[in-house]
Amino acid sequence: MLSGYTFSELLSIFTMQGFAGLSLFSVFLLMALGLAVIFGQMGVINMAHGEFMILGAYTTYVTSNLFQAYAPGLFSFYFFVAVIVSFFVAGALGAFIEWAVIRHLYSRPLDTLLATWGLSLILQQVYRSIFGAKEVTVILPDWMMGALQVTDSIEIPINGLIVLILTLMVTIFMWVVMFRSRLGISLRAVVLNRPMAGAVGINTAFVDRVTFSFGCGIAGIAGCAFTMIGSTGPTAGQLYIVDTFLVVVFGGAGTLIGTVCSAFGIAQAQSVMEFFMSGSMAKVITLLIVVGILMIRPQGLFAVKVRK
Amino acid sequence: MKTPESISRNKSLALNFIVLLALLILVFPSAMDIFRLNMMGKYLSYAFVAMGLVLCWGYGGILSLGQGIFFGLGGYCMAMFLKLEASTPEYTASQTTPGIPDFMDWNQLTALPWFWNAFKSFPLTLLLIILVPTVFAYFFGLCMFKRRVGGVYFSIITQAIACIMTILIVGQQGYTGGINGITDLKTCMGFDIRTNEAKLFLYYLCVFLLVLAVLLCVWVSRSKAGRLLLAIRDDEERVRFSGYDVANFKIFVLCFSALLSAIGGAMFTLQTGFMSPSFVGIVASIEMVVFCAVGGRTSIFGAIYGTLLVSIAKTAISENFPELWSLLIGAIFIGCVLVFPKGLAGVYNDHVLPWLMSLDERLKTACRGAREQHDAQVEALKDVPSDKVLLGVPAEYLSDERDALGLMSDDGRSLS
Amino acid sequence: MKKKEFALEVEDLTVSFDGFKAVDSLSFYVDEGEIRVIIGPNGAGKTTVLDLICGKTRATSGSIKFHGHELTRLKENEIVDVGVGRKFQNPSIYENLTVFENLELSYPKGKKVFGALFFKRDQAVIDKVREVASTIFLEDKLHVKASLLSHGQKQWLEIGMLLIQNPSLMMLDEPVAGMSVAERKQTAELLHRIIKGRSVIVIEHDMKFVEDIADRVTVMHQGKLLAEGSMESVKKNQQVIDVYLGQ
Repeated sequence: MLSGYTFSELLSIFTMQGFAGLSLFSVFLLMALGLAVIFGQMGVINMAHGEFMILGAYTTYVTSNLFQAYAPGLFSFYFFVAVIVSFFVAGALGAFIEWAVIRHLYSRPLDTLLATWGLSLILQQVYRSIFGAKEVTVILPDWMMGALQVTDSIEIPINGLIVLILTLMVTIFMWVVMFRSRLGISLRAVVLNRPMAGAVGINTAFVDRVTFSFGCGIAGIAGCAFTMIGSTGPTAGQLYIVDTFLVVVFGGAGTLIGTVCSAFGIAQAQSVMEFFMSGSMAKVITLLIVVGILMIRPQGLFAVKVRK
Repeated sequence: MKTPESISRNKSLALNFIVLLALLILVFPSAMDIFRLNMMGKYLSYAFVAMGLVLCWGYGGILSLGQGIFFGLGGYCMAMFLKLEASTPEYTASQTTPGIPDFMDWNQLTALPWFWNAFKSFPLTLLLIILVPTVFAYFFGLCMFKRRVGGVYFSIITQAIACIMTILIVGQQGYTGGINGITDLKTCMGFDIRTNEAKLFLYYLCVFLLVLAVLLCVWVSRSKAGRLLLAIRDDEERVRFSGYDVANFKIFVLCFSALLSAIGGAMFTLQTGFMSPSFVGIVASIEMVVFCAVGGRTSIFGAIYGTLLVSIAKTAISENFPELWSLLIGAIFIGCVLVFPKGLAGVYNDHVLPWLMSLDERLKTACRGAREQHDAQVEALKDVPSDKVLLGVPAEYLSDERDALGLMSDDGRSLS
Repeated sequence: MKKKEFALEVEDLTVSFDGFKAVDSLSFYVDEGEIRVIIGPNGAGKTTVLDLICGKTRATSGSIKFHGHELTRLKENEIVDVGVGRKFQNPSIYENLTVFENLELSYPKGKKVFGALFFKRDQAVIDKVREVASTIFLEDKLHVKASLLSHGQKQWLEIGMLLIQNPSLMMLDEPVAGMSVAERKQTAELLHRIIKGRSVIVIEHDMKFVEDIADRVTVMHQGKLLAEGSMESVKKNQQVIDVYLGQ
């Protein structure tokens, strides 16, 4: 399949597809980061994670409309506000859901799967009722449109670049929170030994709630990034949920570096293959490869061996 | 060994069985027209999947989110046979290539793909309905369970496979009929499956197979293998150190549930006359888990009632208020997990059954008590001269007026 | 010279978790019919050694030979099949099943899928279960759910589950931990009765109990073998006194 192209053409294809892959990578990674905390650390299978992402997307949509209506002069900067608002809106819903549903189910992980799937159906319907079944598109400010002309045949879209930068910043933020903050230490203590963490004075219920809501907030930011590169519909989140879980599991639950690498690998594989075959076949082959590798190495790529 | 428990268990099993039979064979057919009955038959074909999940998930603790795959494989095998029968050269004469299914012609195929050839024969099709999903489940289970992929990871991977399967079926239109599925099925071995008589027959066939499946499930669940599955669910490691190869038992129960699902799928195709990828994918697969959860994860009978209840509710609500349905099924999911983790069977066992038993007990003691009281009073009255009856009745016997009255009239004496 | 035949030969056994060596080139040999007690401070790797023998943990290097079978290459259930039984530190029984069912599941018949499907509870099974139940003082609790037993009774039940497998090597991890004085005495008697005709490895902290039961004692410290021999000789070993026994 490669024979019909010259070397320089191939180089351009790989670069451009690679960059398209980077956008997919950004969405995967932002989704997976939140899920890595919720699933990898807390063991909660949040099937509604995609809907939290879409909540972020709709929040961005509403924010941009508000700016357009009430502060058109500041429209160029609404994106930064939207990132923060998305984080807090999704995080707030996450905290509520943790309080209402999840906290009753920590000992039954498979049940959280069913309950959050139910939640995702409800949220989808709510989105449909409020925003309609049709997809909505966010208007980008002028400075985010257009592309950088790198060489004659290679163009890099600016919005993709911004999403990538946002992703990297969130990843670093995440690392700091998980490994350098009080919350991160408390969380890891709670995960390792809940009764002991409680005994040394950590408010485990509070840590659970903050962590879950933090993970959902990150999904909200993912939604915000999502609007920069595509349009948003009520069921768009569901399309990504299976991939996102695979990203987390593939990387090895509980390792940040694993999540980053596996998001990168899966996104790139899919995106590059998409150029040579139909999108659906590219996805099938990517998923099959991932499932195949997981069968050989069920603990994921970067998991560590521990004494039980 | 006969313990009092096992006797009462046999009793309640027999009761459950009789109620189910009465409902499916007497009540439904007499209360519904053929359209509704056919719909019930369709729901019952989901019940096969739900029962498989009872053993797989409720007993073995293996939550497969890909039961739709097996349902779909069984359904597609049947549909492929029926489609070939429907695509006679006469009927498809207007196609570029007559004699092949219409969707292949639309996709510029000029010959039947090789794997379709097997479905020209009915016995071979029946064999494949049983074999394809079971063998698939076997190899899948072998890869997963021998590598000790379990719990949540297994669920996520089954979901990914359901996803892959749907994309594949939708993407390969020429071979599978794509998103529309395989439609326009007409006859099976020359019998028109669209007539009312055929639908009635298929309903009873479905009930017959379901009853067989129930018996088989009850047998498995009450064998040592059933107890082992429960033990595996609760403490897999321990079972290993009792000397069992846990993976083999898990593979077995996955294959068993796949087999049941496939039979359900085939019956679905026969009764509805089509099969489509929407019954294979993630959403359908999870919905089947809900049937099982609503019924009560470890209850075989519960799974059937759960399936019927949710499906009937779905049809009734989504016909009238399509928007409400999503909200409602979402709420059912959450409620089922939070409030009724044992489902219908739990409600029955915790509330209805004790009530029935206490009712039974109360009736019995009431009868016994009345008789004893009666005898005692008759005894007491023997020595009392008849004109002093009222005064002579000891006070405690008069505490309940009704009893006293009953006594009097029983004995034929007047109170006035 | 012909090498002496041991029941269990552990040679140069090492397991490391992410660089940390929980068991470090450990070698020891257990005779046919011998009762070996492993002692040592917490974290010495005692339980890990049992985990390695019964297949719960995989060795990084080294070998474990049992009656000619290389255990490091066998699966858990195969290790049980060649005659190694293990009682865990915390009573590990099927809480939702009755005492009878717990024992029955350990009965060495119907271990394959189809064997289990067609398994019949015949008189031989019932008799064997009753016999074991009376050995472990639970004959009148046969139809009680295991979760309702006391801690000591659960320990006994687990010993019973081992007994019904009739293993030729029995490994007991702290069999009297958490028991009352009376239960301890009963358990000691029970162990004396059931260890006849098999090799036994026991992990225990109760020195009186150890002295009472052990043929030979192995002392472990930080994953390594510190001393080995009779209780008498070990008690006099200065190193052992320093790290474990104290004055």
